[in-house]
Amino acid sequence: MKALIWQGTNKVGIETVPDPTLLLPSDAIVKITSTAICGSDLHLLDGYIPSMEKGDIMGHEFMGEVVEVGKDVKRLKVGDRVIVPFNIACGLCDHCTRGNYSACDNTNPNHRMAEALYGAVSGGGLFGYSHIYGGYAGGQAQYVRVPFADVGGFKIESNLRDDQVLFLTDIFPTGYQAAENCNIVKGRDVVAVFGAGPVGQFAARSAQMLGAAKVIIVDRVPERLKMAEAAGIETINYEQTDVLIALREATGGRGPDHVIDAVGLEAHGHGPGALMDTAKQKMRLNFDRITALRWAILSCAKGGTVSMPGVYGGLVDKMPMGAAFAKGLVFRMGQTHTHRYVRPLLAHIEKGDIDPSFVITHRATLDEAPELYKTFREKHDGCIKVVLDPWGQAVGKA
Amino acid sequence: MTPNQSGMPSGKRLPAHGSAASFEDPLEPQASTTGASMTLLERGVVAVAGASLAALGLRGHPFARIALMGAGIGLSIVAAQGKNPLATALKIQQDPDTGETLVSDAVTIAKPADALYAIWRKLDNLPQLMTHLQEVRVLDDKRSHWTVKAPVGTVGWDAEITADEPGQRIAWQSLPGASIDNSGEVIFRTAPGKRGTEVIVRLRYKPPGGTAGAVVARIAGQEPSQQLRDDLMRFKREQELGFAPTTEGQTSGRAASEAKKLAGKGEQMQGNKQRSKQADGGTQ
Repeated sequence: MKALIWQGTNKVGIETVPDPTLLLPSDAIVKITSTAICGSDLHLLDGYIPSMEKGDIMGHEFMGEVVEVGKDVKRLKVGDRVIVPFNIACGLCDHCTRGNYSACDNTNPNHRMAEALYGAVSGGGLFGYSHIYGGYAGGQAQYVRVPFADVGGFKIESNLRDDQVLFLTDIFPTGYQAAENCNIVKGRDVVAVFGAGPVGQFAARSAQMLGAAKVIIVDRVPERLKMAEAAGIETINYEQTDVLIALREATGGRGPDHVIDAVGLEAHGHGPGALMDTAKQKMRLNFDRITALRWAILSCAKGGTVSMPGVYGGLVDKMPMGAAFAKGLVFRMGQTHTHRYVRPLLAHIEKGDIDPSFVITHRATLDEAPELYKTFREKHDGCIKVVLDPWGQAVGKA
Repeated sequence: MTPNQSGMPSGKRLPAHGSAASFEDPLEPQASTTGASMTLLERGVVAVAGASLAALGLRGHPFARIALMGAGIGLSIVAAQGKNPLATALKIQQDPDTGETLVSDAVTIAKPADALYAIWRKLDNLPQLMTHLQEVRVLDDKRSHWTVKAPVGTVGWDAEITADEPGQRIAWQSLPGASIDNSGEVIFRTAPGKRGTEVIVRLRYKPPGGTAGAVVARIAGQEPSQQLRDDLMRFKREQELGFAPTTEGQTSGRAASEAKKLAGKGEQMQGNKQRSKQADGGTQ
C-alpha cells in the first residue's frame, strides 16, 4: 500500500510499504477512505516531538471501511463504515472506565520511554505520533491496523459525508474539550482563543455552542480570521495591534474569563520572550515556544481558566507563574479524551448544529501529501485544513 | 502466617486487619539512600590503587605527574568517603544498614487482591511474572529452588517463604549458602475507590562483586528497576486485558529491512511479547 512516511526532520514522502496485518485478536484492519493532516503533524515534521524514527507512518485523523477483524472483535464487522479516534484506549483500565481515555494505562507498549521523559506514568498510545506515544503506524495511508478495535472503531450509520464526520477523530473533540474545560457560564463568560487554526476554529465554535456571551479569536493569518468571523466570532490580528490591550478593551478591562491556547509549542509572536524561545528551540535547548501561553496567562481574567489543547513536548522557560498565581488561574490541558465526545458531537452534526467541513480548504490525493505538508506549514494558498483521498488519482486541488 | 525470623528486612510488615490489607493501612517506607557504600575490600582496593598512582606521580614527565597525582588523590578521596561515585550517579538505592541493593516498584491493578495473591503464591508462576527468573521449583510448602539467568549460564539457590498472609503479603528469602543473598516481598492492598489492588514489590540483594557489581550490572543493561517496572506493567496488562499491547511486526517504511533483522535475531524485544518459556539461559 501507499503511505506517508516520516523520513527525518523536515522530510516526509510517499512510499510503498507492506499492507498492515492483524497482530492481535482485538485488532481490525480499516481501508481508509479519508484522512487529514493535523496541525500537530507539523510538530513531527519540524522535529519537535522526540522519538520519531525514519520509516514511521504518520497520520492520526482517518476513517474508512472495516476490511478485516480479529476473532475477539465483537462490535465491528467487515463492511462497517467507521471513524477512529486518534488516541488508542483499552476501555478497561481505571482511566478508561472513568472516561479519561487519553490517559489509558494499557495501550502504550513503550510506556517506559514516556516514563523516562515525563516521569510518573505514560498516557495511552496514539496513531502515528512518535514512539513515546507507542509507535503505532498511522493513517495517512491506504490501510491501517486499528488495535482495540471494539473501543476505537465508531460506526457511522447515517448518510453524512466523510468530510462531515472525519474531524470527530481529533480536531472537533479537541476544540470542544478545550471549551468544555473552561466551564463556561452561559450568557456571561467571554472566551478568547489563541490560534485560528483548525483546533482554534472548533474551540471557538464549541465555546459558542456552550453558551459563551462572546468569543474572540487571535491570529495573524487573515483568511483564518475571516473563517472565524463568518461564524460571528470577534477577531484580533496580533500583528496589527497589541493583543493584550485589544483584549482588555474587548472585555471592559476584565480580561477574557477563559482563554484557550490552541497554538502549542510552535508559537510565533514577537518580543524578547519569543526571540529567546525561537533561538533556544533552533538549538534544541528547549522544545517549546510559548508566546501563546504567555499571552493566555497575561490576558486571562482573575479566577479564569487557561485551557490548553495545543501540544507541548518538553520544557518551558519564562512562564509567568507569578501572574498565574496572583490571578488564581485554573490550568486544564492534555490530549483529548476523544472517545468521550464522538457520539454527542456526532449527534450535533446530525442535528445540523455544526457542519465540520467548513474548515476544509484543500483536498488532494495521498500522493500530493508531502507537498501539502509544506503548503500547510507555510500557511500558503489560504491553507487551513487538508483532507486526503488515499485512493484518488492526482487531479490537483479542489 | 510465619513470623518473621532470620534476617528478613525489618519494619515492612503490614498490620493485618481482616482479610485484605487496605490503602489506609500505613506501609512503612524502606530505609534507603541513593548511592552505595563500598565494601571494606572495595575501599581497600581503591585506596591501594590511589596510593600507587600517586606514588607513580612522584616521577616522570610533569604533565604525567599532575595527571597521576590527581587521579591518585581522587581515588584516595573516594576510598576515604567509601561511596561508590558511579552508584550515586546511577541512582542505585541501598539499605544504609545492611548494604543491600534495593529495587521496588508498585502498580495498581483492577482485580481483587485475593486473585492476584493466588497467582503470586503459586511460586512456579514467578518466572512468568519476573523476567530475571528462569525457574522456581517448589521443594515443599516452605522451600523452593530458584534459578536466574546470569551473564554466563545460570545461578541457582534455595529460598524459603518467610511470611505468607493470604490476600496481603508474601515474603521470601534465600537460604544460607546462596550464591546471591537476596530476599523479596510482594504486598497486596485494596486501592481506594474500587480501583482494584495496589501491588508493591520490594526486592533486596547483595550484588556479587559489591557496589562495583551493581554498577556493572546496570551499565550492562541488566537494569533491575526498569525490569521490575516492565514486569509489573506486563502483569497489569495481562490481568486487565489478557494480553500485551504491541506494534511488533507492524508495517512501516522500515518493514522490509526490519523483517530481515527479526528473522536473523530471533525475538529480542522486551516487554512487547510473551517470553518464550524455553528461553535459553545463555541469551539476553
